[in-house]
Amino acid sequence: MERIQMRRQLALMRQSFFDQGFLDEQFIQLEELQDDANPNFVEEVVTLYYRDSSRLILNIDQALERNPLDFNKLDNYMHQFKGSSTSIGAKKVKAECTQFREYCKAGNSEGKKDKLGPWRQHVAQGIDGRGQKKKQDLTWQNIVIDKSKIHTFNHQKNGCPSGITMFWFSM
Amino acid sequence: MFGKGASSSKSMEIIGSEKKFSVLIVDDDPIIRKIHGALVSKFTTEIQEVKNGKEAVDLCRSGASFDIIFIDKKMPIMNGLEATKELRAMGVNSTIVGVTSCDLSSERNDFIAAGQNQCYEKPLTIEKIKSLLSELNKNN
Repeated sequence: MERIQMRRQLALMRQSFFDQGFLDEQFIQLEELQDDANPNFVEEVVTLYYRDSSRLILNIDQALERNPLDFNKLDNYMHQFKGSSTSIGAKKVKAECTQFREYCKAGNSEGKKDKLGPWRQHVAQGIDGRGQKKKQDLTWQNIVIDKSKIHTFNHQKNGCPSGITMFWFSM
Repeated sequence: MFGKGASSSKSMEIIGSEKKFSVLIVDDDPIIRKIHGALVSKFTTEIQEVKNGKEAVDLCRSGASFDIIFIDKKMPIMNGLEATKELRAMGVNSTIVGVTSCDLSSERNDFIAAGQNQCYEKPLTIEKIKSLLSELNKNN
């Protein structure tokens, strides 16, 4: 009974990710690739994504600490981040990467620096917050969806990039 | 749309066919390699993966041959365009398909000029691969 309830909770949580725009059709494509030959395919891809995105966010955060900002380097990191986010169906993250890259392409102007400042602060806060979280074991036996692990880097109203939404879930 | 190498002598397969074909996936992103590998495995079991253009060139230079090479554009050490030019210069007549996360319309000319047969935006999908194989079967 508990397992049925957990599966129901999992299904509801999964649907909410689509309803709230966190995930798109590409994630369904990944699910459809999972079969008997690749029974843990989605879990493996998501794990790779977590590792890759952690590295990229750290790189971006370090790059944002530099003065002056190296927009080319930031753009490259964002290009990679956008690519991996697109491939997994992380729709909101992809959209934020696109917006951030627009700022990078706009070049090295004071106005843009001001807009990136708050974003830098939020990224740093998000990384600190994430560092305190423990990553659950990714096993089918521990099917837990924890909403508190959906970190949202909220945006300022002054036109700063609207933040990056990262989601952690164990499947 | 199809440039050099369109008349590959090897036979292609669509889902359900008995003929096999070999694929090389070239991408520095391990997530893309995994996803594209899983996609392509729906069509064939002869798949290899490498992390950049230089590894692709070295593999072909060592004697390996492939019916289709899916190659990313932006990669460290050697990017997709450089690798494609190198492969064509070596006489590799595989069908080379560029994949990019950039805007395809602005990238297409670069891909074709380098010697690629086709290009797609990432990520690949079952439908894109089916479409590609269908075109290749028609040409063959």
